[in-house]
Amino acid sequence: MGLLNLLKQDRGGQLFLGLLALAAVLVPLLNLLPPEGHALHLSTYTVTLLGKYLAFALLAIAVDLAWGYLGILSLGHGAFFALGGYAMGMYLMRQIGDRGVYGDPLLPDFMVFLNWDALPWFWYGFDMFWFAALMVMLAPGLLAFLFGWLAFRSRVTGVYLSIMTQALTYALMLAFFRNEMGFGGNNGLTDFKELLGFDLQADSTRIGLFVVTALMLALGYIVCRAIVQSRLGRVAVAIRDAEDRARFVGYRVEHVKLAIFTFSAVLAGIAGALYVPQVGIINPGEFSPLNSIEIVIWVAVGGRGTLYGAAAGALMVNYGKTYLTGALPEVWLFALGALFVLVTILLPRGLIGLMKTRSKKGGAAA
Amino acid sequence: MKPYNPEQISRHMSRLLNWILLLACLTAGQLPALYAAESDTPLHAAAELFKSKKFDQKYQAIQLLASDGSEQARAILVALMDSRLYTLKRDQRLIMLGRRSGSPDAVDAITGESVGNVARGAMNKITLNNRMRSQIRNALAMLDLRNPDKTKRLAAVNQLLDRPDAASAALIQSLLEQESDGQIREAMEIVIALGKLSSGDKTERLAAVELLDGNIHPAVRNGLLKLQQSTSDEAFAAEIKQVLDNIKATLQLYSLVENIFFGLSLGSVLVLAAIGLAITFGVMGVINMAHGELIMLGAYATYVMQLLMPEHIGAALLLSIPVAFVISGLVGIGIERGVIRFLYGRSLETLLATFGISLILQQTVRSIFSPLNRSVEAPSWMSGSWEINSALSLTLNRLYIIAFCLLVFAALFLVLKKTSLGLQVRAVSQNRAMARAMGVRSEWVDAMTFGLGSGIAGVAGVALSQLTNVGPNLGQSYIIDSFMVVVFGGVGNLWGTLVSGMGLGIANKFLEPWSGAVLAKILVLVFIILFIQKRPRGLFPQKGRAAEG
Amino acid sequence: MKTSYLKSSLVSMAIALAGMSGAQAAETIKVGILHSLSGTMAISETTLKDTMLMLIDEQNKKGGLLGMQLEPVVVDPASNWPLFAEKARELLSQEKVAAIFGNWTSVSRKSVLPVVEELNGLLFYPVQYEGEESSKNVFYTGAAPNQQAIPAVDYLMNDIGVKRWVLAGTDYVYPRTTNKILEAYLKAKGVADKDIMINYTPFGHSDWQSIVSEIKKFGSTGVKTAVVSTINGDANVPFYKELGNQGLSAEDIPVVAFSVGEEELSGIDTKPLVGHLAAWNYFMSVDAEANSGFIDAWKSFIKNDKRVTNDPMEAHYIGFNMWVKAVEKAGTTDSDAVQQAIIGVSVPNLTGGYSAMLPNHHVTKPVLIGEIQENGQFEVVWQTSGLVAGDAWSDFLPGSKDIIADWRAPLACGNYNVKTAKCSGQNYE
Repeated sequence: MGLLNLLKQDRGGQLFLGLLALAAVLVPLLNLLPPEGHALHLSTYTVTLLGKYLAFALLAIAVDLAWGYLGILSLGHGAFFALGGYAMGMYLMRQIGDRGVYGDPLLPDFMVFLNWDALPWFWYGFDMFWFAALMVMLAPGLLAFLFGWLAFRSRVTGVYLSIMTQALTYALMLAFFRNEMGFGGNNGLTDFKELLGFDLQADSTRIGLFVVTALMLALGYIVCRAIVQSRLGRVAVAIRDAEDRARFVGYRVEHVKLAIFTFSAVLAGIAGALYVPQVGIINPGEFSPLNSIEIVIWVAVGGRGTLYGAAAGALMVNYGKTYLTGALPEVWLFALGALFVLVTILLPRGLIGLMKTRSKKGGAAA
Repeated sequence: MKPYNPEQISRHMSRLLNWILLLACLTAGQLPALYAAESDTPLHAAAELFKSKKFDQKYQAIQLLASDGSEQARAILVALMDSRLYTLKRDQRLIMLGRRSGSPDAVDAITGESVGNVARGAMNKITLNNRMRSQIRNALAMLDLRNPDKTKRLAAVNQLLDRPDAASAALIQSLLEQESDGQIREAMEIVIALGKLSSGDKTERLAAVELLDGNIHPAVRNGLLKLQQSTSDEAFAAEIKQVLDNIKATLQLYSLVENIFFGLSLGSVLVLAAIGLAITFGVMGVINMAHGELIMLGAYATYVMQLLMPEHIGAALLLSIPVAFVISGLVGIGIERGVIRFLYGRSLETLLATFGISLILQQTVRSIFSPLNRSVEAPSWMSGSWEINSALSLTLNRLYIIAFCLLVFAALFLVLKKTSLGLQVRAVSQNRAMARAMGVRSEWVDAMTFGLGSGIAGVAGVALSQLTNVGPNLGQSYIIDSFMVVVFGGVGNLWGTLVSGMGLGIANKFLEPWSGAVLAKILVLVFIILFIQKRPRGLFPQKGRAAEG
Repeated sequence: MKTSYLKSSLVSMAIALAGMSGAQAAETIKVGILHSLSGTMAISETTLKDTMLMLIDEQNKKGGLLGMQLEPVVVDPASNWPLFAEKARELLSQEKVAAIFGNWTSVSRKSVLPVVEELNGLLFYPVQYEGEESSKNVFYTGAAPNQQAIPAVDYLMNDIGVKRWVLAGTDYVYPRTTNKILEAYLKAKGVADKDIMINYTPFGHSDWQSIVSEIKKFGSTGVKTAVVSTINGDANVPFYKELGNQGLSAEDIPVVAFSVGEEELSGIDTKPLVGHLAAWNYFMSVDAEANSGFIDAWKSFIKNDKRVTNDPMEAHYIGFNMWVKAVEKAGTTDSDAVQQAIIGVSVPNLTGGYSAMLPNHHVTKPVLIGEIQENGQFEVVWQTSGLVAGDAWSDFLPGSKDIIADWRAPLACGNYNVKTAKCSGQNYE
C-alpha cells in the first residue's frame, strides 16, 4: 500500500518501474528460449552490456538525489562508485583462493609477484560475503560522511564544493595507482572466478547478475522516491533553492545535507559493486575525474530532479557511447562534447523536461 | 745540453705510444697487411681501423689520432664527434662532411682534398658509442690544454677534472709552469692535487688535502673518501674527515638552495597555468573546464610557429607568445560569446558546458595534428644550465620560466590596476548592475575579460611547451592543479594565486625527497581539501558583499 | 505513395545488405583488431591497427588464407580497460573472429584474459611486457623481461663497466616486475644494496627536477652509473629534457630505456638524447632485406614517407605470419587446432633471422641495443649472438622460479610448479 501511495503521483516512475520489470523478465527469456541465431535471440554479450547500463543508471540516480534535490553537484561520485567496486573486487579476489597462477591460497597473484609475504590487514574479512557487502556500503558511506561533515559544517558550497569533490576523487586515483597501497596498482583487480559459489563465466550467472541489478535499481529508485517525498526530501529542496532561508527558518541544514549526501554515496557504492562482477575488472581509472563528470552529464541529459530522468539519461548516453565507439570512434568525443554544450544551454531540464513541456503543450491544444 | 722541454718529451712519448699500439695491433692479428705497405702516418692507421664495425678497433683508432696530435687528427676527431665522419662505399675512403647539414662539400679525411658531393646512399656513417664519445672528449681536452684560447684551456682542464686519470694529471703537471692565467692554474693545481691524493708521499698528500679543503667538486670528495678509507694514520684520517665534513655542510646548504629553486620553478609553472583561471574564475566566476585546452592551444601555436620558421627556433618561440595570446584569446572570446553568456548566474552549468568544449577542442587538435605528441625544440639559449659551482647549477629553461611567470604576473596586474579595461573589469565583477548604470558595456567587458584570461592561458602554453609534451592531453594534466591553486589562494585575488602557486610548488618539492613524487602530490591535495574546510575562501579571501554569491 | 516507395526500397536495400554480409561471412575469415583508437593509448595503438590492416591486405593479395579472403574487424576499446573486455567478447561471440590481434598495456591484457579463456579464443599480444603469465589462448610476441631487460643490464655491466644502478620506472606492473627481476639479478651478480637506487613516478609525471638531481648526486661518486628506465610514454620527454638541461650526458650516466622506440622519438626533440640507449628486438635502422621491404610497404600503405616502424609492429608481423602458417598447417581456423599447430612454427623476423613459437607461447628473438641518434633512429651498438628464448616465468623472482609453462601434451599447463608438481591457474582442477 505504501508503495502504491508513493507512486500515485509519479507517472514517470510508474512507467520506469514497469519498463524495468518488463526488461527483467523479457531479457532472460529472450536469452534462454530462442536458439542462437534466431532473430529474437539476445546474446549473453548483450545481457551483460545491459546489466552494466543498469548499474550506471543506479549510479545516475544517486547523483541525481544529491544534485537534483539537494543542489550539491558532486564531481566525486565516481570515487564512491569505485570504492564500492573495490570492496566487491576484493571479495572476488579472495574467492579465487589457490586457483591463482601462483597457487597461493591466501595472497592474490599481484601480491605474490611483488614479493609480499603477508596479506595486508585491510584485506582481512573480505573472504566473507557479508563483510564485503557491508564494506561496499560502509567505505563510500564513511568517506562521504567525513567529507560532508567537514565541508557542510564550514559551509563550503556550490562551485567550491564541486571542485573539492573533484580533488577528492583525483587524490584517490593517484593513491590507488600506487602499488604500495595494496590494491593492485594500475592493473587493479581482475581474473575473478566466482561469486557466492556461482561461476562468473557461466551464462546463468550473468543473467542472474542482470536480474539482481534490475532489482537493485528498482529498489534504489523506490527508496530515493520515498526520501524525496518525505519531510526530509522537502527540506532538501528548500535547502537547494535557498540555503540561508532554510537555515534561518530553523532547519539543521548541515544534518540534512550530510544524511542525503552520505546515502547517495552508499547508493553509488552499491552500483559499483554490481558493476564489477559484470565487467570483470576494477582499476583506478574508475576514479578519474573525467568519469565523474561524465556521470553528471548522464543526469543532465536525462533531466535532473526527476530520478527516472537520470536513469534514462544514463541508459541513452551509454548506449550512444557503445554504438559510436564501435561505428565512428573519431566522432565520439565530438558528439559527447556537443551533447554537454547543447544540453546545458538548450535543455536545462534535460530530455525528460523537454518531453514534459511537449506533453503539456499538447494537452493545452487538445 | 738542450734545456728541458716538456713539449718535446711528450711528443716523443706519443710516438713511442703509437709504436706500442701498432705492435699490439699487429700481434693481435687484427690489422690488414695493407697498413704496413701504404701508410706511414697514424692517420692512415686510424682510417684503416675505422673501416671495421667493431668498437674495439675504433677505440684504438681514436687513441692513435689522439696521440698523433696534429691539426688534421683533431679535425677528424671533431668530425667524428659531430657524426660527420663517413667511409665511401666504393673505395672505403674516410671522408668528412661539411659542418652544415646538407652541404655537399665532403673532403678526404686524411688528405683534405675535396671529394665533391656524395649521395647519402653512397657512404656509411662511422657509428659512435658513448665510450668513444668520452674518449674523444678527453682526447680533445688533452689537445686543448695547449690551445692559445684561455676559455678553451679552462674548459679542457675542467673536462679532465670530471674524469681524472693518471695520464692527464701528468700532462697537466708538465704544463703548469707555462700557464699564465691564474684561474686556470688554480684548476690545474686541483687536478694535480687530486692525483697526489692517490700517488704522492705523505707530505704531498697532506699538502693536497689542505689545498682541496673547501672544494666541493665531486671528484675531490670521491678522492678524499677513497683516501680516508685506505689510510691507516688516524690523525691524518681525522683531518680528512674534517675536510669532508666541511664539504658536506656546504653541499647541504647548496642542496637547500637547489630545492627552493625547484620549488619556485614548479610553483611558477602552477602560477602560469592558474593565472588565466584566476581571471576567468576568480574575477568573473566562470568555471572554465576548457582552460587546460586553451593552454594546449598555446603550446600547439608554438609548434606551428616553429614549423613555419625552422631556421629560427628562438625567434619562433618569442613570436609565438603574442600569437598564442591572440589565438587562445580569440577562442576564449568565441567560447564566451557562443556559450558562456547564456549561462551567467548558473555557474555549475558553465562547468558542464565548458567541459564539453574541452572535449571538442581536444578531439579537434587530435584530428588536425594526429594523436601523437609533437616535438617542440628548445632554442640553444634555453638549454643547459647556469653553473654557479660544481654543486649548484640552475637549469636555464626553468630560470627563464620563473622570470617569464613573474613578468606575465606583473603585466596582468598592471592591466587590471592601471588601465580603463581593468577598472571596468573590476567594476563589473563587484557590482554588475551598478557598473551598467554607470555606462559600462558589461557584455563587452565580459568578452574582453574572458579573452584576457584565455590569452594568458595560451601564453602559459608557450612556456609549458618547453617543459613537457605537446599533445592533445596536455591541458587535462594541468586543469585540476590550476583550480587548486586558485581556490587555495583565494578567488578573485591575483596575489593569492601567486603566493599559493609558489607555496604549493615549494611544499611539493620539500615533501618529494621524503615521500616520493606521488605521495607528495596526494598529501598536498589532501592538505588543500582540509584547508578549504577550515577557510572556505582560501588564503586571501575577498572581502565585502562581492564575496558572497 | 512516396513514403511507401521509400520504405520498400529501404527494405530491399536492407535485404541486399544482409544477403551480402551473409555471403561474405561464408567466404571470409574474420580477424579481430583490438587496439585503442581514442583516449590516452591511441598514440601508440593506432599504428598497430594500421599495421594489422596492412598485413591482412598483403595476405589477401597473396590469395588469402585456406582459399578465403581475410576480413579485418576493427573495434575501438577507447583506452578504457573494462571496455577492452567488452569489445573482446563482442569480437569473439558476436563477430566470431578466428583470432584477435591487440592490446598494448598490461592492464588491458589482464582485462581481456578471462574473456579469451572463457570463449577459447586466440589473442596475439605484440608488446614487451612483465612476463609472469602464460595462457593457453594468448601468444606473446613481444619481449619477456629476459629478452630485453636482462641482456641490456648485461651489456651495461660487461661492456660499459657500470657498477651503480638507478632503476627508474612509472608506477605500474611492468616496471615494478621488471625492476624486481633486475634487482634480484644484480644482487646475484654481487651488486650491493647501496649501489641500487629504485624510484617510481606516476603516469605522465612532468616535474623531474628533484629526481634528476638525485640521480646526479647518486652518480657522482666516481663509479660508473647507469639508469635503467622503464618510464612510460609521456613522462619520457620531460625526463630527458631535464637530464639534458642538468648536464647529465649519455657519456656520464647513460640511460637505457625499454619503452622508448622510434615512434616515441618522432615526437621528441632528440638532440639532448643522443647517446642514450634503448633495448629492443628490432630497430628500424637494422640493415636487412626483410626490413627494408617491410619499411617500404609500410610507407606506401600509410601514404606517408616520414612514418617510422618500431618493435611492436615487428611483433605483429611475426605473430600474424605465425598464425597464418599455423592455420595453413592445421587446415582450419579452429582455435584448438591452431593452438596445437602453432607451437614450433618458425617465420622470418625483420632483423634477418627466424623467430619460432615456443611451447610456453612466447617466441625466440634477438636482443639489440641501440644508441639514439640525432635523426630519431637507433644505431645498434650491441646484439646477442643468437636468439633468446622468451621466458614466461622469471628465474629471479622467488614466487615464480619453480614455475614453468609448456602447452604441449602431456603437461599442457601454463603454470606448472615443478616443486609441488601442481598445475595452477587456468587448468586448475
